[in-house]
Amino acid sequence: MLGLTKKDFGLLLIVAVLVIAAPILLNPFPVDSSMAQFNAGYPDLMQRFVIFGIFAIGFNILFGLTGYLSFGHAAFLGCGSYAGMWMLKLLSINVIPAIIFSVIIAGILSLAIGWISLRRSGIYFSILTLAFAQMAFSLAASVLTPITGGETGLQTSLSDPRILPEFLGGGSSDGGNIPKPSLFGIEMGASWDVAVGPWLWTFNWGYYIAGIVMLISFYIAIRLFRSPFGLMLKAVKSNQHRMSYTGLNTKPYMLACFVISGMFAGLAGGLMAAMDPQVGAERMQWTASGEVVLMTILGGAGTLIGPVLGAGLIKYFENIFSKINKATLEGWFAFMPDGMSDFFVTIVYPFVGKGWHLTLGLMFMAVIIFLPGGLVELGQRFGRLFKRKSATPAGETTPAE
Amino acid sequence: MGILEVKGVNKRFGGLQALGDVNLSVQENSVHAIIGPNGAGKSTLLNCLVGKLIPDTGSVMFDGQSVLGRTPYEINQMGISRVFQTPEIFADLTVFENVMIPCFAKRDGAFSLQAYNPVRKNRDIHDMAEAILVDVNMQDKRHMTASSLSRGDKRRLEMAMCLVQQPRLLLLDEPTAGMARADTNNTIDLLKEINEKRDITMAIIEHDMHVVFSLAERITVLAQGTPLVEETPENIKGHPKVREAYLGEAQV
Ligand SMILES: Nc1ncnc2c1ncn2[C@@H]1O[C@H](COP(=O)(O)OP(=O)(O)OP(=O)(O)O)[C@@H](O)[C@H]1O
Ligand SMILES: [Mg+2]
Repeated sequence: MLGLTKKDFGLLLIVAVLVIAAPILLNPFPVDSSMAQFNAGYPDLMQRFVIFGIFAIGFNILFGLTGYLSFGHAAFLGCGSYAGMWMLKLLSINVIPAIIFSVIIAGILSLAIGWISLRRSGIYFSILTLAFAQMAFSLAASVLTPITGGETGLQTSLSDPRILPEFLGGGSSDGGNIPKPSLFGIEMGASWDVAVGPWLWTFNWGYYIAGIVMLISFYIAIRLFRSPFGLMLKAVKSNQHRMSYTGLNTKPYMLACFVISGMFAGLAGGLMAAMDPQVGAERMQWTASGEVVLMTILGGAGTLIGPVLGAGLIKYFENIFSKINKATLEGWFAFMPDGMSDFFVTIVYPFVGKGWHLTLGLMFMAVIIFLPGGLVELGQRFGRLFKRKSATPAGETTPAE
Repeated sequence: MGILEVKGVNKRFGGLQALGDVNLSVQENSVHAIIGPNGAGKSTLLNCLVGKLIPDTGSVMFDGQSVLGRTPYEINQMGISRVFQTPEIFADLTVFENVMIPCFAKRDGAFSLQAYNPVRKNRDIHDMAEAILVDVNMQDKRHMTASSLSRGDKRRLEMAMCLVQQPRLLLLDEPTAGMARADTNNTIDLLKEINEKRDITMAIIEHDMHVVFSLAERITVLAQGTPLVEETPENIKGHPKVREAYLGEAQV
């Protein structure tokens, strides 16, 4: 199906179902239950899930396949956002030119940075990418202010020209208001709510458009992983020496891979601008580069679905887990005698709410040490355990002792 | 004129003269053995042929073209493949993937951006890889990860990776080291067959004299970086200079 093996198609199908059903799956708690704050099914967060999913898918093409660890991918993300914003300002409020342009510009920037950084490998490569990204960040925040808006960032405004004809999203005002990013008239922010019993589900256009783009990205990633090009990238990771004595020039392979990966980051950046038309230099900061590394490793570097899972998990932690406060904890431990509940609240408190980084860090360490294959390996281990258990009764070979 | 002509090659590592005025001519379709004690410079000589090292002076011509100044992948694309002294394989990949990669390099050149159609749709590549695994008798190990192979199997895999490219010149650096006797004999048979049926010229470094005398048509003895003699196997056995080279080593 679609040129994929049964297994890969199954994987794509699972991801597609998850993306489509996310507004329902992520809102498991009734609106006015005490658990409602753990509902993650609101448009803003769901958009972030899929956009960072794209970012991580792209990062994984570089890191997962070739083992080259870039610490500068946020530069491509931010550059994609700026490029997209300019299209929204100059051309049209339609998101399509914005997204296309963000991919192209990020591709050009990654070609330049990759060209230089790929002269080195290992830690030196990582440091070079980090240096370039920090340079991009500093420039965006200072010298390039006319393009980037400096510290205040870049927003859509009433004075933007938007030269395309109106039916293509041109025109600078929408009845005196700044027009909102849209796809042929459908606004990204537009949602409709469905209430079923005590539950409330929000279906948002922007989320579904970003979700479709993520599914396409995921499909492209599968094709790339299974292609001869993907095989060569795995060979780069395994033994570059053997590769060159086998008649293969590793340099263009690496550069192509770096550019493809950078374009995915640009795509994610463009989508961010399309969902929320504002961007600041902090999107390029090294913490953002580090985040995508964490996502990929946490989910499982080199696996297809791992980066998407990792992106979801980290964004969930950042937005939901971080909201647990002292009052919530006190509610949870209320069934205990007074002194005891105080004790537990004090113990647990540093790990939740603003302390979510601590929990994430511990989780990350646990994954690195016990599950080098990330969440995907966890899933595989469970799968094997389950298979073995269900197989035991059938096979009567277990000796009775 | 041989297919490979090495003339006046010198290579120094600091104060050590690893190669001193080496001349070597390998005739097309022949098997040429290079023997000599440890540290004689045999591997260094091969390194100069495949672009890993650049000789200080001298020339290396392959099929009338100089290989000096070319990168390893260019030299491979000219038709020279090499089996290394310590196996160089793609350890994280499966045996089958290991042999497919050189097939792609042979078919599509040093770089080609085929990022869309899956590997499995390349029937010709699959058939080539399948056939060579049968030749080296490893078809039952095709799904194994290369790092889990025995040392002997790693060598056979590396040999398969070189052979599948149908090179014009195959350089083998101690191809049977670490192999069991039976495997060594299989390897001899394989190399013989390949040399005869597929017209692949071979230069082989070997310490195992059984292998050398079963395969070689010419033998060059290298000692301390300099060729002592070049002879047929019959004439080399009792050659006084050869004795001297190996005895010299024994005394150290
Ligand atoms: N890259 C290098 N740098 C410095 N010295 C080197 C280098 N490569 C080889 N040598 C030295 O050159 C000499 C010849 O080494 P070479 O590996 O060619 O020997 P060899 O004939 O292949 O021996 P063996 O039978 O043990 O493989 C040795 O003394 C070795 O230490
Ligand atoms: Mg050697």
